[in-house]
Amino acid sequence: MLTILRKEIAAFFSSLVAYIIVGIFLAATGLFLWVFPDSAVLDYGYAGLDSLFDIAPYLFMFLIPAVTMRSIAEEKKEGTFELLATRPLTDWQIILGKYFGSLAIVLMAMAPTLIYYFTVYELGATRGNVDTGAVIGSYTGLFLLGGIFVAIGILASAVTSNQVVAFTIAVFLSFFLFSGFDSLSRLVSLQQADTLIAAIGIMEHYQSVSRGVLDTRDLVYFASFTLFFLVITKTVLGGRKW
Amino acid sequence: MSIAVEHLTKLFGQQKAIDSISFRAEPGKVMGFLGPNGAGKSTTMRILTSFIPQTSGRATVCGFDVAREALEVRRVVGYLPEHNPLYPELYVKESLGFVANIHGLQNKRQRISDVIGLTGLGDEQHKKIGQLSKGYRQRVGLAQAIIHDPKVLILDEPTSGLDPNQLSGIRKLIRDLGASRTVVFSTHIMQEAEAVCDHIVIINKGNIVADDALSSLRGVHPGRTLEEIFISLTGSNAIAH
Ligand SMILES: Nc1ncnc2c1ncn2[C@@H]1O[C@H](COP(=O)(O)OP(=O)(O)O)[C@@H](O)[C@H]1O
Ligand SMILES: [Mg+2]
Repeated sequence: MLTILRKEIAAFFSSLVAYIIVGIFLAATGLFLWVFPDSAVLDYGYAGLDSLFDIAPYLFMFLIPAVTMRSIAEEKKEGTFELLATRPLTDWQIILGKYFGSLAIVLMAMAPTLIYYFTVYELGATRGNVDTGAVIGSYTGLFLLGGIFVAIGILASAVTSNQVVAFTIAVFLSFFLFSGFDSLSRLVSLQQADTLIAAIGIMEHYQSVSRGVLDTRDLVYFASFTLFFLVITKTVLGGRKW
Repeated sequence: MSIAVEHLTKLFGQQKAIDSISFRAEPGKVMGFLGPNGAGKSTTMRILTSFIPQTSGRATVCGFDVAREALEVRRVVGYLPEHNPLYPELYVKESLGFVANIHGLQNKRQRISDVIGLTGLGDEQHKKIGQLSKGYRQRVGLAQAIIHDPKVLILDEPTSGLDPNQLSGIRKLIRDLGASRTVVFSTHIMQEAEAVCDHIVIINKGNIVADDALSSLRGVHPGRTLEEIFISLTGSNAIAH
């Protein structure tokens, strides 16, 4: 599994597209945090990274599918999946190798945003005037969110051998799961069930974790959704229907 | 017996890709698996390497059941899939190292340089796979197939698309490998089968139409080349025997 994981990371960073994707992610978070008037730290009055964590899920919706789209789709298209699947590896080892490889790439893309934290830390009216606990909570939320989105991306990459299709499926599915249920819950006719419906969506749980309260129910939610998508991926690949 | 196939059937939807076929392959012999396009050669090989499951019937490789003992089967088999899929962005040695790691080989560097020597990749070993000619890519595919010193080799059209010089090199390699292993390889070229194989199995539309030592096949059809035998068994006016 580690062999697949390492190969996944190396394959991603061997293409120029990788640096463009990561660059766009960092540029976008930087812009929202420092430049755009609605969200910029300097205009906002008090030092915080809230705008980073508000915008990051929407950037993840595009960043992560771009990372995962080639993962399995490319192997199916080029026939190299047959190469992997006829070696002494289980389908689970292949899938988890690819899953954790992509997750590691996402973490690497996220790491440079820590610079923003240290900058805000230094910049505060009194030095260190930033809610570190909340930042840790927000990063945890982002990590768990990334975990689900990567699982969605890997599944999308397994159902097709076309990278563009994989990307599109992953973006839509991620968006729908993140904010679709929240929007649904606001529909007038569904008012009675609104909290229930909102609880299916990721946004509710993401915001709860981001507040810095680690509730086991949220952890179970993230873990079970991630596992759910990986199990479907295994089922899809196990069928060998392409 | 290294490979034993009994009443193996594979359905794709309604279509029977192979229909209750049975054959055996022994160590120290090269088995030629011949048949026209769409006969079911690749399907059979994919079942034998535990890539796809059969619909019914049974197959074992070195005593391991392909459906129930997939990992054991894959440990003893070296497989070159049809069209020789490879990672073009990897260097030759990287690609071999990747496969060696999957097998968890201890003497990795030694094995890599061994198979580079065996397959004649020496001059090209520092290039990216994407930069190699078709003949050399085929050697990389073969090198990957034999890196873990498998007891059984399954090669799906290993010589397709090669020029005559490359052909003779690969054929010799297959013969040499077959001296101590069980080799099953498929081809369209009858002269090649005549030159390389000890044992011939011909499949047509999912059914085995010949299964014999090359010498006895010639005895049954005196004075005919393998090509003529092949056409008479698989042509549209073939007479079932
Ligand atoms: N994945 C698949 N789905 C549907 N039909 C398939 C699939 N793979 C092979 N077939 C069909 O099975 C038959 C045998 O194919 P194959 O084993 O590739 O033949 P060969 O390798 O002898 O040319 C063909 O008719 C082919 O169209
Ligand atoms: Mg074939």
